[in-house]
Amino acid sequence: MNWTPGLLNTLCSAIVAQKDKTFWMPPQASTTATDVDTLFYFIYGLSVFFFVLIVGAMFYFIFKYRRRAGVQAEKTASHSLALELTWTIIPLILVLVIFYMGFTGYMNMSTPPLNALEIKVIGQRWKWLFEYPGGYIDESLHVPVDRPVKLVMRSSDVIHSMYIPAFRLKKDVIPGRYTYAWFEATEPTPPGQEHIIFCAEYCGTSHSDMLSLCYVHEPGGFEKWLREASDFLSRMPPAEAGAKLFKVNACAQCHSIDGTAGKGPTLKDAFGKEETMADGSTVRVDENYIVESIKDPKAKVVAGYQPIMPTYQGRIKDSEIDAIIQYIKQLSGIEPRLEPFDSEKASEDENGDN
Amino acid sequence: MSISDVTLPAPAAHAHEHDTDSGSYLTASRGILSWLFTLDHKRIGIMYLVAILFSFFLGGIFALLIRTELLTPGPTIMEADTYNRVFTLHGAIMIFLFIIPGIPAAIGNFILPIMIGAKDVAFPRLNLCSFYLWVIGAGFAVYSLMTGGVDTGWTFYTPYSTQTDTSVISVTTGAFILGFSSIFTGMNFIVTIHKLRPAAMGWFKMPLLLWALYATAVIQILATPVLGITLILLIVERVMQIGIFDPALGGDPVLFQHFFWFYSHPAVYIMILPAMGVISELISVFSRKHIFGYKFIAYSSIAIALLGFLVWGHHMFTAGPSALANMIFSCLTFSVSIPSAIKVFNWLATMYKGSISLETPMIYALAFIILFAIGGLTGLFLGALATDIHLHDTYFIVAHFHYVMMGGTTIAFLAGLHYWWPKMTGKMYSEFWGRIAAGFIFVGFNVTFFTQFVLGSHGMPRRYFNYIEEFTFLHQLSTVGSYIMTVGLVICAGTLVHSLFRGRKAAANPWGGATLEWYTSSPPPLENFLKDPPIRDPYDFEGMEYNSETDEYYWPSGDAGEEQTATAH
Repeated sequence: MNWTPGLLNTLCSAIVAQKDKTFWMPPQASTTATDVDTLFYFIYGLSVFFFVLIVGAMFYFIFKYRRRAGVQAEKTASHSLALELTWTIIPLILVLVIFYMGFTGYMNMSTPPLNALEIKVIGQRWKWLFEYPGGYIDESLHVPVDRPVKLVMRSSDVIHSMYIPAFRLKKDVIPGRYTYAWFEATEPTPPGQEHIIFCAEYCGTSHSDMLSLCYVHEPGGFEKWLREASDFLSRMPPAEAGAKLFKVNACAQCHSIDGTAGKGPTLKDAFGKEETMADGSTVRVDENYIVESIKDPKAKVVAGYQPIMPTYQGRIKDSEIDAIIQYIKQLSGIEPRLEPFDSEKASEDENGDN
Repeated sequence: MSISDVTLPAPAAHAHEHDTDSGSYLTASRGILSWLFTLDHKRIGIMYLVAILFSFFLGGIFALLIRTELLTPGPTIMEADTYNRVFTLHGAIMIFLFIIPGIPAAIGNFILPIMIGAKDVAFPRLNLCSFYLWVIGAGFAVYSLMTGGVDTGWTFYTPYSTQTDTSVISVTTGAFILGFSSIFTGMNFIVTIHKLRPAAMGWFKMPLLLWALYATAVIQILATPVLGITLILLIVERVMQIGIFDPALGGDPVLFQHFFWFYSHPAVYIMILPAMGVISELISVFSRKHIFGYKFIAYSSIAIALLGFLVWGHHMFTAGPSALANMIFSCLTFSVSIPSAIKVFNWLATMYKGSISLETPMIYALAFIILFAIGGLTGLFLGALATDIHLHDTYFIVAHFHYVMMGGTTIAFLAGLHYWWPKMTGKMYSEFWGRIAAGFIFVGFNVTFFTQFVLGSHGMPRRYFNYIEEFTFLHQLSTVGSYIMTVGLVICAGTLVHSLFRGRKAAANPWGGATLEWYTSSPPPLENFLKDPPIRDPYDFEGMEYNSETDEYYWPSGDAGEEQTATAH
């Protein structure tokens, strides 16, 4: 990691060895953040020096050589090769140093260690999904502390950009190819102080709401979290698990839960409803119709909608479909709730996502 | 240089007709048609100026809408979709309709032929054609505004721009047509500088603004066609569903970014080079000092024009090109910073031991040096790979390019506008209000955009309608700055408009300039000069005297020294 020339490192580390937010920078939470900040403050120091030099000289000249009656400008040489070379070569050397520091730092930031934990990232308008080893998908990024994490990222629509300021990490997420990023978090995040994740490449209406959080777990905490989270089907009431599946499978992109129109029919009060199909026939929405619509969505399309839903055959387990059916029933207000369940909170979560 | 041995298009032959006629180009003919069908470069320049200032006004309105919306997180005065259209229009109008044509087409058109003692550009009809292409292109932009707007950002990144259902096609068609306007102007300037320059004016006796405009024209001709091709491909993809950029059709979205920045990065130099040329003139004139390091300033313009073609990849450091490509682009990027630094140091050396006066144009020129220094130095953070990864696509970038584009080019445009205003209109504006306006603009600008450096380095991404609470104060500060700047611009506009009606009559040479435009009356006659101007060192002010009664600088007769007249070759 020691990629700066030794002297510079010593000089700069005094300034940058602070983990907290500073006037210029957000908190440092990854192993490479210090490197980035070192370079930032090195360039900053040079910039302040040259700015003071230029503007200082300018104001000094404005004052010293201000126009006075009867005083002519003094004739001085109008060119000097020595001067020109001086102010060509010194800046040239300095920018080459900056270039070198920037490049070596970048190589560290873009070369993931071989033992990195791999997490898949899917960017889609307008949310991030994180797929963990074992196939569990969550809307937040959970990582262990002090362990390199490699993000393998793809987009399912337009270009997005994964940006975690606290890690100084940014990488575009591009449809049609994989891109990669890595980091190693240095401190567990206390509750409520998780690192914010932005989308940094403009992607349309809710671009600025395409946010997520990164939880850094204490040693052992990540594995425990993943075990419990993956097991949500058996832990949660079926309708609540269904609501979660509804989110991570991006159903909400087309199907509203509050009756508003979307690219697909709303699921509010859908269960038990008589729907007219595109071919004129009618179908009552029941368990079998829902299963068919998830596995073979183009078989029976409700009149007035395009057959654009992708199939989930093989991507979703039957037990998960059960949970989704429970959720749709709940949205239709027909299933008596046997377990204590805070419905107000659940519906708040949904609204926050729209 | 044999190419310049061509005779000047004989101003002497026609000069006699005007000897008894004190009429200027403004009064040479009357009626709206005499303007709409004029072939006079000065009138075309004025029409460009009016059109460009109107675009600036429009773009400014959108800027104020953006800043006002960002007073609070979430909706303040509009919804997200509206906001996305507003920032797209702000960018597209400011870039394509204001900054790119600003200095070359408006000020350059007016001043370039006069500076070389010619009576017009080489191809006056092409010049008029380029103006009308601009009008048509701008019309497409306005049309798309009426039909619902475009929300892609001014960069039109694919695949978003091929999927969104707003009127991308009409806007890109507009940009395509505007490209031709730009190419025609560039061609005209190159030919004019080569062919219509008097023999006595060698390359190194040209005012530095002409070097800058020449370098700009080279970029306009070489880079703009690539933009045209790119936009056509975009339209082809949308209309015919041929996969070029859209991965859903088998295209590559990053290819678009390469094409786009292959034009748009050199275009940054189309914007800044003429500004640097203006500053080179002004610093010398208002310091009453010979420009320092003429050849280095001239060559650095050419160097910037050529190196500017090799750095487009630095817009895409996070888009996933190989580490090798990133390394090369980062290294080349730093090479462009050197010629810019050379210019700044030479301007300072010019002021050394000068006789510096602070008239309004000089205030703007000095503001330019300060703001351009900040804009240039913050570019170092973005050229370096490790820091760019963090700062890319944040407000740090927004602040950086506003310091260069607005603090640089727009301030230089205002400097040039105030400097040549007496020549264009024949009227002097109020120095007092001119300086007050400059002060408001300078302070407002820094409050608006310096704040955004801090926002950006803390991670505030650009093109965000909504933002987290933490950023509220800085956003509000930035908005207040934009209001201060607006006050300055309104005072500036008021001062200039007032001068048209109530301004003192301008003398031929109110500032003490030594370039040829100051040898003819203000405003100039139809064919620019009644008698051939002397060709001399454009930065030699020795022997120039000031007449306080007429507020005019002049050369006492007999001090013709090494003067040669334009036709004496």
